[in-house]
Amino acid sequence: MWRKIGYVLSVIVAAVVPVIVLVVLPAWGILAGVVLLIAWLALTRTGRQAWSATAVAVSTIPQRLGSSSVVIIGIAGVVGVLVALLAMAEGFRATLQQTGSDDTAIVLRAGSQTEINSVVDHDSAVLVADMPQVMRDKQNRPIASPEIVVAASIPKKSNGVDSNVEIRGVGDEAWELNPRFRMVTGRRFRSGLRELIVGKDAVREFAHTDMGSTLDLNNQPWTVVGVFDSGDSHNSELWADTGVVATTYHRGSSTSSVTVRLRNAGVFDAFRAAIKTNPQLKLEVQTTRRYYDAQSEGLTRIIHVLGTTVAVIMGIGALFGALNTMYAAIATRTREIATLRAIGFRGAPVVVSVLLETLLLAVLGGIVGAAIAWLLFDHYTASTLGANFSQVVFEFRVTPTLVATGIKWALAIGFLGGLFPALRAARMPVTEGLREL
Amino acid sequence: MKYLHLVWSALLRRKTRTLFTIFAASAAFLLFGLLDSVRAAFASSGQSVPGATRLITMSTQGLLGSLPLSLLRRIQAVPGVSSVTYESWFGGYYQTPKNELATQSIAGNYFDVYPEYRLSPAELRALHATRTGAVAGAALAAAFHWKVGDKIPVQATVFPQKNGSNTWIFDLVGIYHVSDPREQGKESQLFFNWDYFDQATAFGGGAASFYIERAARLQDVFSVGSAVDALSVNSDHETKTQSEDAFTASLARRFADIGLIVGSIMGAVFFTLILLTGNTMAQAVRERTPELAILKTIGFSGRGVLALLLAESVLLLAVGGILGLALSVVAVSELRARLGAQIPVLPVGSATWLRGVALMFAVGIIVGVLPAWRGMRVRIVEALSGR
Repeated sequence: MWRKIGYVLSVIVAAVVPVIVLVVLPAWGILAGVVLLIAWLALTRTGRQAWSATAVAVSTIPQRLGSSSVVIIGIAGVVGVLVALLAMAEGFRATLQQTGSDDTAIVLRAGSQTEINSVVDHDSAVLVADMPQVMRDKQNRPIASPEIVVAASIPKKSNGVDSNVEIRGVGDEAWELNPRFRMVTGRRFRSGLRELIVGKDAVREFAHTDMGSTLDLNNQPWTVVGVFDSGDSHNSELWADTGVVATTYHRGSSTSSVTVRLRNAGVFDAFRAAIKTNPQLKLEVQTTRRYYDAQSEGLTRIIHVLGTTVAVIMGIGALFGALNTMYAAIATRTREIATLRAIGFRGAPVVVSVLLETLLLAVLGGIVGAAIAWLLFDHYTASTLGANFSQVVFEFRVTPTLVATGIKWALAIGFLGGLFPALRAARMPVTEGLREL
Repeated sequence: MKYLHLVWSALLRRKTRTLFTIFAASAAFLLFGLLDSVRAAFASSGQSVPGATRLITMSTQGLLGSLPLSLLRRIQAVPGVSSVTYESWFGGYYQTPKNELATQSIAGNYFDVYPEYRLSPAELRALHATRTGAVAGAALAAAFHWKVGDKIPVQATVFPQKNGSNTWIFDLVGIYHVSDPREQGKESQLFFNWDYFDQATAFGGGAASFYIERAARLQDVFSVGSAVDALSVNSDHETKTQSEDAFTASLARRFADIGLIVGSIMGAVFFTLILLTGNTMAQAVRERTPELAILKTIGFSGRGVLALLLAESVLLLAVGGILGLALSVVAVSELRARLGAQIPVLPVGSATWLRGVALMFAVGIIVGVLPAWRGMRVRIVEALSGR
């Protein structure tokens, strides 16, 4: 009785602990584990026994191809869905993260979380720009861009559905804020004219935004004179001169926000203190890195929760599939395993061989799943409603880290799916096993 | 039906394997139940009965555009319009920015156009009589433990008050309910008087975000929409009028193509499930070949064996599927209790059950047909002699 309880408890520990270790361990830790395992297989006596038992097991896989493929495809499904969903979150996060930096800061009305909610009057904007922490260009003008964000309704190219597109009026110094900014085709807009330049993602997504075309904004015709690539989420936007946007949308002299380049990242605290202590200013400042990171948090978290939930449930399904397959596998190999035991193989090599076989199938499944996710979804373009109530275009990103996460899941499922059949194989009475047909 | 016992004992032949397959199937149907209720929440919004004759007019500048109040009288005069109301989007949050609210300021006749929001006459009178009055949906009130009589401070995200304060304090005078369970996503809004908003806001007053019209007859919906848009063509506040379901569908699509995401996941899940149960059935038939031969010997026809085996695989999936869907009912009600207002999830409805049962049959037939075919073709002599 007690022995049995002890056995069950130790099996549970043997099942749970490695899975937790697997989840916590970084990729290099798993690689180190693999190296250790190979060393054990090659160098010790039990290791060599396990190795040859595994070789026998693997050589019989072709006879059980149908049921072995259940393990591979079941796990491929889990890993594929997980990696694809996480790639969506990763792509969205990366796009917004690239938008921010530590040495530029965005100033909004106190209490506003997004630019579209914010109003900064002209006097405050000038005061902010003139602060000593703001970097100046060669002509000694502060690098500060008063910006207006409005949303326009433009149909998508793909399905004709009206979408909110962000129109950003930017100041003369906007070009100095982002060192990666460049024009792909055409030229910058001229200030004072109703001219637009379009981000390279916006051109792809939205109708009437190609070079040279005319777009109606608030019933006034605007001409598209260029396409830009800023390497970040501004690529989903249309840019124009702040002054002209303000006139078109009856905004007077106020703007939505002011973005400034700081002398260096270190002066941010002083800059914030200067704004906070100035009684004339009812403004809040944050680095653009924090501002854009916060915008991606919500959606990234939702997708992570969704992806993990779906993968856990699918994983449970795949786990039972793997258990079925491996129990069937050792059942058909009963005589083989009994023979191995009879000629002197101990329990451990048998356990290891069944486990290794399952892990091999699982890793194969993980690779297949990650590869499918990569083939179908890497650089897949999607868009969603961003913080300014307009579309943010982003690409799915299947990164090596995500693939490693997928493989970890595969290993965890494979381990659990192989452990119980392996233990049964090792505990099988040899004499009965030999009599099996 | 009289062979149910036979089919059942075939499943019990290998208890572990059957159990594992059932668990795998129930995992698949648990996911199906969860995802289908999310999908249905997006798909069914705006398909209520009173919604059929409703139209929503918004600015062509998008969701945050505003429309002058002068439009109200002109829309009322459009032939075919039986009533018009308006609302102004307010937004805001409660206590922390994470608790975003769907707050709107509404015109006095708003609840006439939205009869599905059930509010007692006394509560409605209280809303009209209290300048700072507000009514909350039952789900929202439950999430934050609000009750009638509470003062609710809402932090504005867009509209500060004229006195510079960012905090609007509302007196909760009523809690409304929505009876149709498919529409319960609507129970998470907060409404207050447009007049109060107009008087107190620093900017954005004197205008509406949306006009909502009711067409007198269903067949008028389309013509009313065009006539309303014609009112402001070539003005600086051009409008776009859509039927309510077109409006909500386009709104949901702005977030993501929910149907595509759910569809892809379900595709992967059921492909895997078919393979997995197919393997189980193939194994079951393979190891039972001699038994099938005996069945045939005692007089079962080939078709009889085929039917028995198909019934076996359908039963296998039905047990797993019903277990999974039952689990999803529990999981969904738990989710709704925890998340409440934040994520639209509908209780698992009869439509989901119907689709689920159809899927169980379909998958059962698909995975059963090949092994059953093989079972039907078993030759008695060969099978019995173990060849």
